[in-house]
Amino acid sequence: MLDNKTAAKDFGFGEDEAMMRDAVRRYLSDNLSTYTLSRLVAQAPEPIYDHGDKAPWDPHMWSDIVQLGWTALAVEEKAGGTNISMAGIAAIVEEVGRAALPSPLIPTVSASLMLRRVGGQAADQLLSEIAGQGLAASLAITNASGSWEPTDTPLVARQVGPDLVLSGRAYFVQDAFKVGVLLASARLGDDLVLCAVRFGATGLSLEQDHIHDLTRDQATVHFDDVRVGESAILSRNAADALSATWPALLTLVAADLCGAAEWLLQTTVSYAKERVQFDRPIGFFQAVKHPLVDAMVGIDSARSLLYHAAAEIDSESPQALTAARMAKSAASDAAAFISNRAIQLHGGIGFTWEHALHIYFKRNMHNQALYGDGVYQRRKLADTLIGPIAYILL
Amino acid sequence: MSIFNKAMEPQEFRQYARQWLVDNAPPPPPERLPITPIEVMTVKQRDYLQAWQRQCYEAGLIGTDYPVEYGGHGQSGLQRIANQEMERAGVPYLINIVGLNMVAPTIMKHGTDAQKRQFLPGCLSGDEIWCQGFSEPGAGSDLSNQRTMAVRDGDDWIVNGHKVWTSLGHFAKWMILITRTSNDHRYEGLTYFLCPIAGHPGVTVRPLIKITGETGFNEVLFENARIPDANRLDDIGKGWTVAMTTLSAERGAAEGAGSAGSGVGDPAVTIRKLIELARTTQRGGGVAANDPITRDAIMQRAILAEGLRQSAKRARVPALCDDPMRLPLQTKLVITEFDQDNARLGVEIAGAHATLYKRDPRAPAAGHWPLAYLNSFGNTIAAGTNEIQRNILGERVLGLPKSK
Repeated sequence: MLDNKTAAKDFGFGEDEAMMRDAVRRYLSDNLSTYTLSRLVAQAPEPIYDHGDKAPWDPHMWSDIVQLGWTALAVEEKAGGTNISMAGIAAIVEEVGRAALPSPLIPTVSASLMLRRVGGQAADQLLSEIAGQGLAASLAITNASGSWEPTDTPLVARQVGPDLVLSGRAYFVQDAFKVGVLLASARLGDDLVLCAVRFGATGLSLEQDHIHDLTRDQATVHFDDVRVGESAILSRNAADALSATWPALLTLVAADLCGAAEWLLQTTVSYAKERVQFDRPIGFFQAVKHPLVDAMVGIDSARSLLYHAAAEIDSESPQALTAARMAKSAASDAAAFISNRAIQLHGGIGFTWEHALHIYFKRNMHNQALYGDGVYQRRKLADTLIGPIAYILL
Repeated sequence: MSIFNKAMEPQEFRQYARQWLVDNAPPPPPERLPITPIEVMTVKQRDYLQAWQRQCYEAGLIGTDYPVEYGGHGQSGLQRIANQEMERAGVPYLINIVGLNMVAPTIMKHGTDAQKRQFLPGCLSGDEIWCQGFSEPGAGSDLSNQRTMAVRDGDDWIVNGHKVWTSLGHFAKWMILITRTSNDHRYEGLTYFLCPIAGHPGVTVRPLIKITGETGFNEVLFENARIPDANRLDDIGKGWTVAMTTLSAERGAAEGAGSAGSGVGDPAVTIRKLIELARTTQRGGGVAANDPITRDAIMQRAILAEGLRQSAKRARVPALCDDPMRLPLQTKLVITEFDQDNARLGVEIAGAHATLYKRDPRAPAAGHWPLAYLNSFGNTIAAGTNEIQRNILGERVLGLPKSK
C-alpha cells in the first residue's frame, strides 16, 4: 500500500483531486476577482497602516467555503471529511494563493493535519467541528525569536489536579483573530504537551501584530494562566506529532507561494503584451522577455518539488521533510523573484495602490519568512545532506 | 529482425532491460572516454563505443519503438524505459548521439519509405555514424542565414559551402545537411539533404580546436560535392520545416531512438560528486564543506537537481501542467545551465586545486571540474543558444511578441 503510493506516477493527483481543484478555481474566479480583492483589502492604506485596523476579510465567503467542504479537505472520512491526497490539498492551496484569498483556511488545514497526526477522541471531536461546522483553527507554537524548530515552544504548562495551566506568550500566530480554537504546544517538565484552547478562554488574550500583508492577521497570544481541562489536552507527548506534521506545514505555505507566483507571472505577461513603449509592446524586448522566462522556469521547478513533497507526505516517507524543505526553499525563491520582477516590469503603476500587485508582493513576503525562508531551509538541508558542520574533519 | 516476437508490457520490458544491462555490462574502455559522446576523438574510443552501441541495439534497447521494417524492434512506448535503464545502469553513452536523437526522428517524419529502409538500420545499430551540418560561420543562432549552396545538375545536386562545429564529423559516414537552393526566399529557399561524408569527393573534414584545447569537432568544406537527388529529404524548399523537426527532437521534445544519457549525467550523481569534493577539499585553510556559503550553494544545486527529476515526472501528469509544451520546451535551457552552474561551483569549491589541468596527478577528480566548466559552454551555445531558448519560451509558451 505504502509502496504503491510512493511510486504514484501522478503524485497522488487523480481525478477526484482534479475535480475538486477545478471547483475551487471556479469558485474563486467567480467570487474573488482581482478587483473584488482590491476593493476588499486595499481600498486605502490609512485604516490599516495608520489606525491599526485589522485587514478586512469576507466572513460570508468563509461560510461558502465551509459549505463547499474546503475545511473538510484534510479531515478523514470517519470525522466527516473528504480525505483527499496531499497533492489535492496542495493544488487547492495553490488556487487559494493565486486568488490571494484572505481567510484562515491554511492555518485551519495545518491544524487539521496536526490533529490527525495526534489522534484521539479530543482531536477527532475538533476535526469533526472543523469539517462540519467550519471551526477555524490556528497554531500557537512559535517563540519570540521566530524559531522554526517544531518543539521550540514559548509556553509552559503546569499540572493542577487533572488540569493543565498554560502561561507565556505565543508569537506569529496566523489569522488568530479569525479562528475559534488554537492548538498550543507547551513544555511540561521534559515533555511537550499539545492543548486545544478555545477563543474566549479565561486568561487568553490576543495582541494584534501590525503587519504588511493585507490578506491575513497575525497576533501575539497571551496565555495568562489559561486552565485547560483534560478533554482539551490533545497529547502529553506531542513532540513526534509536531515534527511529523512539519513537512505538511512547509508544503502548504509552498503551495500558496506557487499559486501567487503564477498569478504574478501571468499578470505581468499580460501587461507586457499590452503596454506599448518605443512603438512596441514591452514584452518584445528581451530585457523584459527573458526575466519572465526565468521566473517561469523557477516556478515550474518549485511546483514539481511541491507535488513531490505532497506525495512523500502521503506515503509517510522518511524523505518527506527533505522534500518539503526543498519545496519551501524553491517556492520562496521563485515567488521572491517574480514579486520583484512584477513590480519592476510594470513600472510606475506597479509602485502604486492603483494595481493589486502590492497585495501579492506582501503576501509572498510574509509567506517567504513563515516557517523559514530559502536560506534557512537550505541550512537545514545541508545538515542532513552534507552533515553537520562540526563533524566534518579531514 | 527484432529479438522480440511480441509486444512487451512496460514492466516486463523494464525487468528485461535491467537484467540485460547487468549481465552485459561492458569491460572498461581501452582509453579514458571524454565527458560527452560528441567529443570522441580516437579510433580506439570509437571502436569501443560502436561495439557497445551495436550490442545494445541487438538487445532491443535502441530503436525499441521503431518499426521492424526500418531496423527497429516494433515496440511502443518502451524507448523511454530503455533510456532510463541505460542511464540508471551507468553504462557508456551511445556514440551515434546525433543519429539517434536527431536524424532518426527526422527521417521517420520526413523520409520516403526507401530512405527509411536505407538509412535507419545503420543509424540505429551505430554502424553508420551521423553528424549535423546546420551551423556555418555566418549562420549560428540565425539558422536561416545559410550560405552553403546546392545547385541542381541532372539527377544530382552540386554543393559548395562551409559548415562548422561539426561534432563527430571525422567519423561520420553521413551528414544531415541544410543548403540554400534559392536566394529568392530566406526560409523557403532551404533544402535538406542526407549527404555522404567519409571519403566523398569534394568533402573535406578538418578538426577544430575548442576552448579546452581538445579537438572533437570539425569544420567541413564542400567544393563541388555531388549529392544524388534521391538523398534529398522532403521537398525542395522544405529545408526549414525539416530542420525544425530535427531541432525540436534535439531539444528533448521526443524520446529519440535511444539514449544512455548525453554525458551530462544523472543530476543526483553530480550533486553527490560536489558534496564529495567539498568534503575532501581543503580550501582557504579549512574544509570546503564547513563553509556556510559553499553549503548553501550546493543545496541550491541539490534542490534544482530534484526539481529536474520531479519536473520530468510532472510533465507526464497533464492535470498538473496547464500547457503541455511548457515543461518540455524548458529542457534544453534548464539542463545545460544546471550543468554549467554545477561545474562552475565545482571549480569554486576546488579553490586553488582547480588551477590544475588533468595531466597534473594532484588535480582533484582527475581535473574534471575546470574542464567540465570550459566544456559546458558547448551546450549552452549549441542547439540554439540559451538566449534563443528564452525567446522561444517567451514567445511560444508565454505568448509574448516575437523578437523578430
